[in-house]
Amino acid sequence: MEMLVASAVGVLTAAGVYLVLRKRTFPVMIGTAFLSYAVNVFLFASGRLAINEPPVLQDGVTAYSDPLPQALVLTAIVISFGMTAVVVMVGVGAYLSSQDDHIDDQSEDGVPDEPEMIEGESGQTGAKT
Amino acid sequence: MSLFLIVALPFLGALLPGLMYQAGRNACAWATFFVTLTAFIGLMTHFPAVMAGEVVQARVEWLPALGLNANFFIDGLGFFFAALILGIGLLIITYGRFYLSRKDNMGEFFTYLLLFQGAMVGIVLSDNILMLLVFWELTSLSSFLLIGYWKHLEEGRQGARMALTVTGMGGLAMIGGMLLLGNIAGSYDLTVILENREAIQESPLYLPALILILLGCFTKSAQFPFHFWLPHAMAAPTPVSAYLHSATMVKAGIFLMARMWPVLSGTEAWFWLVTGAGLITMVIAAIIALFKNDLKGLLAFSTVSHLGLITMLLGTGTAYGALVAVFHILNHATFKAALFMSAGIVDHEAGTRDITRLGGLRRLMPVTFVIATIAALSMAGIPGFNGFISKEMMLKETTKTIVFDSVYLLPVLATIGALFSAAYSFRFIGHTFLGPVRDDYPMKPHDPGVGMWGPPALLCVLVVGIGVAPFLAEPLVFMVTDAVLGSAAALPDEHLKIWHGVNAALWMSVIAVVGGLILLAAFNPAARAWAAAGPPAAKGIFDAIIDSIVAVARAVTMRLHDGAMTRYAAIFAVTVVGLGTHAYFTGNATAPTREMLPLSPVPVMAWVLLVVATAVLVTYHNQRFLALVLMGVVGLVISVGFAYLSAPDLALTQISVEVVTVILLLLALNFLPRETPLESSPIRRFRDAAIAGAAGIAASAMIYSIMIRDAAGPVISAYHLENSYKGGGGTNVVNVILVDFRGFDTFGEIIVLGIAALIIYALTETLLSSSVRARLLNRPVGKVAGDAHPMMMVVMTRVTMPIVLMIGVYIFLRGHNEPGGGFISGLVVAIAILMQYMASGFEWAEKRQRYPYHGIIGAGVLIAGLTGIGAWFFGSEFLASTFGYVRIPPFDKFHLASALGFDLGVFLCVVGAVLLSLESFSRLARRSGSQSSEYAMDIDPSRDDPKSETVTGKEA
Repeated sequence: MEMLVASAVGVLTAAGVYLVLRKRTFPVMIGTAFLSYAVNVFLFASGRLAINEPPVLQDGVTAYSDPLPQALVLTAIVISFGMTAVVVMVGVGAYLSSQDDHIDDQSEDGVPDEPEMIEGESGQTGAKT
Repeated sequence: MSLFLIVALPFLGALLPGLMYQAGRNACAWATFFVTLTAFIGLMTHFPAVMAGEVVQARVEWLPALGLNANFFIDGLGFFFAALILGIGLLIITYGRFYLSRKDNMGEFFTYLLLFQGAMVGIVLSDNILMLLVFWELTSLSSFLLIGYWKHLEEGRQGARMALTVTGMGGLAMIGGMLLLGNIAGSYDLTVILENREAIQESPLYLPALILILLGCFTKSAQFPFHFWLPHAMAAPTPVSAYLHSATMVKAGIFLMARMWPVLSGTEAWFWLVTGAGLITMVIAAIIALFKNDLKGLLAFSTVSHLGLITMLLGTGTAYGALVAVFHILNHATFKAALFMSAGIVDHEAGTRDITRLGGLRRLMPVTFVIATIAALSMAGIPGFNGFISKEMMLKETTKTIVFDSVYLLPVLATIGALFSAAYSFRFIGHTFLGPVRDDYPMKPHDPGVGMWGPPALLCVLVVGIGVAPFLAEPLVFMVTDAVLGSAAALPDEHLKIWHGVNAALWMSVIAVVGGLILLAAFNPAARAWAAAGPPAAKGIFDAIIDSIVAVARAVTMRLHDGAMTRYAAIFAVTVVGLGTHAYFTGNATAPTREMLPLSPVPVMAWVLLVVATAVLVTYHNQRFLALVLMGVVGLVISVGFAYLSAPDLALTQISVEVVTVILLLLALNFLPRETPLESSPIRRFRDAAIAGAAGIAASAMIYSIMIRDAAGPVISAYHLENSYKGGGGTNVVNVILVDFRGFDTFGEIIVLGIAALIIYALTETLLSSSVRARLLNRPVGKVAGDAHPMMMVVMTRVTMPIVLMIGVYIFLRGHNEPGGGFISGLVVAIAILMQYMASGFEWAEKRQRYPYHGIIGAGVLIAGLTGIGAWFFGSEFLASTFGYVRIPPFDKFHLASALGFDLGVFLCVVGAVLLSLESFSRLARRSGSQSSEYAMDIDPSRDDPKSETVTGKEA
């Protein structure tokens, strides 16, 4: 059982990392969601696995699974929804305003731009749309 | 007055000028003046004790574990410097009031000045070297603000930056040196360190500590090769130059060398480093000073030269050398401050400080002429002024010091330095004030008001007074010297007097003065030769060094951080996996201690489903809808897994979050391309797959090695399980942890969630108010469902709505004892409302929405917070809960805990955040020309509305 959970974490992490390394925003959003899955399951599993031992107190029962990782992961799941939503909004906003859903700035020859350095006193920043 | 108060007064007072800014320039200046005066008087209350040889201490333990204590002490040396800083500070404040023009912000100026003053007083009174370092860095920072005070001048900004760079680097070196020193002595208290001369000098760390501390001192006191920043700092307003570069900032390095003299001096290394640097600085700076055409530049290099002289005297390591150094510090502070102020007056009244454009001012500005002449003659070393006596003593000291087996080397070099010193002093007088009156001054020169010439005149009284009657200063000088020497050496048996008889020093002095006059007479050819020799400009070298450092930093940064997010992510993943691998193979993990859970077919099937879905998703991720569907599958498997592995709360949360996430991504996909184009090369895909594979294996290995072992220590969950019912009044331990044990965490988390939703709302608003709006309204309509709001769905959602809401309430109420709670019921209720949006459309639902979602989020946070505060009224801590059982007939008795109120806040926050996010996306989806229907569904048999039927008929 432990092997199954561990390998599932590995598969989710690998998928997440691979998708995060893509060049368009949508796969990156999916990738971050997969990384959230992986991290949540990871944290949950760090409380060690147990079957049929929910941490709900009952008379005569002494074995319970570890409630603390569960509580932490519960809020993490909800927060990761908030994070995904923000990332998605940023991605959609960027696409709508530039009609381009590349994750990195694009220059004309197709390779990512070097950001402009802040030059002396002129106060120009490398901000780009 | 308490030493704490003396140090704190300037800092506290620094608030006043800023506050009084509106009250006018005089109010600012007076406030600053009185703050300084109070501190000065407070200092003077210690005068009798200090003169009696006592040491006044004030101690407070601040961070004793680090050895950082707010200890202050005042002895002769500290008193002397503090008196110089505050006394000359008073004169500078008066002078500055009249020097600054109406355009300058006086509140800002005096605030910086007081900050600087406080930092300087802190340095000289600190009894803890860590405290001293703090003040040391504060002087660097506040002097940066002062030098760059005229922000509109490029030279000012550059000079400030250069000063900060050089003195800041020196400060860093000194931190290292001081920590070494404290380590050797076993204490960071100065008084303890000063008593450990033998232990420190015998330590192998003595040399590194010495070099690092001297780096700090030399940079601060502008010693060769760090002398170049000081002339560039002359772009500051003259009061700043007069203050920083005569009496305070540059003397901080000298002060520290004097302070550390008992423990650090007397070794070969000390002699060569300090005397060498001092001598080179003295000679080189004196030569450069002569050929400077800028009055303040001339004075700046002369300051560097005189600091070199003092450094050299401290370097000799003899008691007599220390005595002369102390005496010259006093004399230099008086005549140099007066000279700077005179130069400022000339600049202020004649409109230029370029010597080549001046001359003949003695008739136009007689008062300034007298003041400047007295001060300059003192600097030249003419009998009758204080500079003569200390210079004479310095020359005498050099004749007694043997360098490279030669008795002549040092005296000859010192005489050359003195000769150039005399020459530039004469030039300061001659080329500015003597000669014919010109008619091309930029402004019409005249003497300023008493406010400006008064302060330097007062200093000139001291210059002449000490020069004629040196015995007046003798008690003070000997008392300070005694403090410098500590227990390391006895006071020399000498007296301060004008006439030392005809000796070698007198002849050297005569050579210097006569040589200086000759050099001035031959100034023009000498200047031409100097220009032809083309000495290297330090600024160019400094800029080149800075540029090359910036280039290297840029090259490194651009390789790692070139703005490409994918590159950061790849570097990050590789680094983390690399570090983890290293830890894995070098760590000492124990043998497995846990038995594995048995495998059964159902979990294996779920695992296969998860792996296959993930694999297909990764392979075909360019089909974006397919990816979403598969993601839903993965989320479902995970929530089932949670349920199987004894985490019912997680299962409920995961599945409801999954629903809203997929809806959210569907809404997003509405605006994004449906497919991802294939862009990456096979090599790139292979590389990414390798990185991802490594990350996956690493994550698996890590969690596996955690799961096969028991925790290293006792787990804190035992406490939670034990106290959940007794202390929290609930049997669902997860929920009790959320709302009680770790309620404060949860409180923060719902706030974060609310903020995330507000960010989404704000971004939507920004998009809708930009040019994107028009594009969105007019985007082409793609394939649209024939029946956008089908009757079946509308009826279904209407019927289920009350049921779902009731389930939400049920899950909410039982949450404390059974799986459920605010988070889950919030998600369930949000989904119920979302269904209405989906069934009848955004506009229809929006019209029926009574409370704005921001308000719901805010109410949630408020209710949660107030519940927490409510506990205060019962004498418990924030968020502590009480509980009891309530029976409302005809229901069964149910549990009511104050935590329920907190959970209500959580519930509202979740509902508001989820709906606000999704609503924002829906708002983007509005199109122009689309009519919002006032009906819940497009086709409604109970309604006789042929118009709507024709519309839908056409579209179908």
